[in-house]
Amino acid sequence: MALPNKPMGELPAVANPEVVEHDVDVLIIGGGMAACGTAFEIKKWAPADLKIKLVDKAAMERSGAVAQGLSAINTYIGENKIENYVKMVRNDLMGVVREDLIYDLGRHVDESVKLFEEWGLPIWKKDEQGENLLGDKPAPTLREGGTPVRTGKWQIMINGESYKCIVAEPAKTALGEENIMERVFIVKLILDKNKENQIAGAVGFSTRENKVHVFRCKTALCACGGAVNIFRPRSTGEGKGRAWYPVWNAGSTYTMCAQVGATLTMMENRFTPARFKDGYGPVGAWFLLFKAKVQNGLGEFYANSDAAAEELAKYMPYGKSAVTPTCLRNHLLLNELKAGRGPIYMATDVALNAFLDERREAGMDEKAVKKFWKHLESEAWEDFLDMSVGQAGLWAGMNIEPEKVGSEIMPTEPYMLGSHSGCCGIWTSGPDEDWVPTVDGPRSHQYKWGYNRMTTVDGLFTAGDGVGASGHKFSSGSHAEGRIVAKQMVKFCRDNADFKPELPKSAQEYADEVYAPVKRYIEHVGASTAANVNPNYCKPSGLMMRLMKATDEYGGGVATYYMTSGKLLNICLDLLRMLREDAELMAAGDLHELMRAWENYHRIWCVETHIRHIEFRKESRYPGFYYRSDYPNLDEENWKAFVNSTFDPKAQEWKCEKVECHNIVETDPWV
Amino acid sequence: MPSYVDPSKCDGCKGGDKTACMYICPNDLMVLNKDEMKAYNQEPDACWECYSCVKICPQGAIAVRGYDDFVPMGGVVHPMRSSDSIMWTVKFRNGNMKRFKFPIRTTAEGAANAYTDVTCDNLDDEKLALEQDLPAPTMLAK
Ligand SMILES: Cc1cc2nc3c(=O)[nH]c(=O)nc-3n(C[C@H](O)[C@H](O)[C@H](O)COP(=O)(O)OP(=O)(O)OC[C@H]3O[C@@H](n4cnc5c(N)ncnc54)[C@H](O)[C@@H]3O)c2cc1C
Ligand code: SF4
Ligand code: SF4
Repeated sequence: MALPNKPMGELPAVANPEVVEHDVDVLIIGGGMAACGTAFEIKKWAPADLKIKLVDKAAMERSGAVAQGLSAINTYIGENKIENYVKMVRNDLMGVVREDLIYDLGRHVDESVKLFEEWGLPIWKKDEQGENLLGDKPAPTLREGGTPVRTGKWQIMINGESYKCIVAEPAKTALGEENIMERVFIVKLILDKNKENQIAGAVGFSTRENKVHVFRCKTALCACGGAVNIFRPRSTGEGKGRAWYPVWNAGSTYTMCAQVGATLTMMENRFTPARFKDGYGPVGAWFLLFKAKVQNGLGEFYANSDAAAEELAKYMPYGKSAVTPTCLRNHLLLNELKAGRGPIYMATDVALNAFLDERREAGMDEKAVKKFWKHLESEAWEDFLDMSVGQAGLWAGMNIEPEKVGSEIMPTEPYMLGSHSGCCGIWTSGPDEDWVPTVDGPRSHQYKWGYNRMTTVDGLFTAGDGVGASGHKFSSGSHAEGRIVAKQMVKFCRDNADFKPELPKSAQEYADEVYAPVKRYIEHVGASTAANVNPNYCKPSGLMMRLMKATDEYGGGVATYYMTSGKLLNICLDLLRMLREDAELMAAGDLHELMRAWENYHRIWCVETHIRHIEFRKESRYPGFYYRSDYPNLDEENWKAFVNSTFDPKAQEWKCEKVECHNIVETDPWV
Repeated sequence: MPSYVDPSKCDGCKGGDKTACMYICPNDLMVLNKDEMKAYNQEPDACWECYSCVKICPQGAIAVRGYDDFVPMGGVVHPMRSSDSIMWTVKFRNGNMKRFKFPIRTTAEGAANAYTDVTCDNLDDEKLALEQDLPAPTMLAK
């Protein structure tokens, strides 16, 4: 029998990889919804000789958060006013948002949705009788004035199994396959050797062959999605892969931008969604399309009670709006659980049967009701099968038929993201237009500095989950934002035509850094008979569990019902400091594990910014997402402001600051 | 629900350099053992059960079995994906079955218009390709 001290996987890493250097004008990092928008748009603006490369750690056809598909497009303005979209986002995110970025997104997003439909994405429509038609049935398109099926005011339903394949296809065609590198993981961004605060390149490696890639560029987009597996998940065995947000987004966006000095904003805003327990299937359609309600263990529909109204009144003006902010809905749910009135159930049975009774009362005969039920049942299952098949699998394994029994709802572990119902991310410039406020001070206080969605670092852009203080853009808005960035990057190249990027270190030095975990593995693996337990190094899998234990117990994870305090946060920061030191001791025997090592490195940094921000903000702005026991209330007077932080790469120091938040759209009425 | 490979069906994508499952997995989980010419999921506890590998395998060799730490045995969810629709079979632990079919695409694969013939020039405003005039906000805060 062979001893288990061999590399995992099938692609062993070697000590001295090949080093490949690339000179480009524009580097697009990521291949998700945002980067696909950029890839589609950029050549329409770029002069023919502009060199562009896109690098994705996976295959664009199924990379990022939309890999599995989606059942709805959550941002489509349509007949609504963009100003009301701004109001909705502002209220849901408890007031502290960049209204310029949100408005700007709102005026571009519909064009992306119309393109998706044209490319072949089936969008549900209403027929003349007001019944729902699946997306492949003949009906006028959105461009032709067709009526989409709205679940809420902003969402529309799709048959979205192939959503990402459909969006990636024209992105690849437009950019040209020869300009796309898949299976390359970017490790870090690099500042220019001569020009202060200017991006000059990036370094990464292939997960398919022993090659390090060093890029020089004039401008870069960093759009690598949000961060998952930063807090201990509720399932810690096989099921820990079933995170709600995609397990493969490891906080690369935030970490890489922060490390070169880009100012971050609202990193305290985590997203802790309430989802179907364990399978983490979506609840949006159940609430909005099927009008289902949540019941506590006593059978009460607690969210409509007087006690709930009284609780919400503590969080004015947010609590009293027609649509309760997501965090406050969680807050009510957590109060039930903490009071011992769990479990919380989504009454799927009540909701579905109400639809059938309504039809019967309207005089529908039993045969027609049966046919209607088939349709309804299929809609209910498609919601899972399009975007969370695992939930369907859990129902199958548990014999759950939603028309007969409800299903348990539970808040997940926290994630970091800026495009869904959360808004952590990077501080960027808004559009260079008169209506965007002019603010004095450094860029970290300003709203615009010439290039829309540029970070505070010259030439470095972000989009999608990367742009902070502007949540609720979702898949469609992330794509639109990527398109905005495309044009701005071309403009940046035009305005900086003479700039010749130069990296401070040699390509070989970067390659040595990237492959350090491999060298460590090869040097020390012989010190024990089993590769995973060795006194000289740690493995990425163990380090990740250590990270998640620290944040869970001290940073307000599920272990403490999301409660933390200044004292606990500082313990967490100490643990993270040691983790950061030990991250230098990670070892990787094969290329897959090398990727895991660098993902963990990104996770540690990004969650540290999160903890620093929570520590700095002396209030609890997002009850239901996290609480500070030492500052349990919302403090509008002192904290209706951004928390921005900047890491100084030269001094290696963090600075957190409070930054004024400006309202652009009327505040009276608030929503 | 990690994916698993049926050895009697997997042909290692006929020894090609790039197997379909390895090409597609967003989390880099599927690998090919070259000695056996069979693929396997190298890290089941990092599987998002996104079904990308299941849908793409030309031999129908990949399926999913519920996560062993919370899913009771016996349930199966399996797709058959064609160029314009997907058919799902859901088999419950108690033997009940349900089938659902949904459209996935209304155009032929490869037919999405990338507008490669469109060129734009005014880099100094905020309008994107194909867009008309852009609005500015009304209902302003005082
Ligand atoms: C479960 C779930 C449900 C959702 N539901 C909806 C919905 O119903 N409707 C809706 O409109 N939106 C929904 N969304 C939101 C939507 O998916 C996101 O808003 C959108 O995908 C964000 O786009 P992005 O480009 O920022 O990130 P992503 O699309 O996640 O793309 C990130 C990209 O970066 C790559 N990458 C990551 N790290 C690196 C690295 N270090 N080097 C190179 N490449 C890297 C990844 O491979 C990927 O290509 C949902 C998301 C999830 C997870
Ligand atoms: S795609 Fe299917 S046939 Fe090809 S290697 Fe993977 S499991 Fe085997
Ligand atoms: S189901 Fe998805 S995450 Fe799991 S192995 Fe297949 S492609 Fe990878």
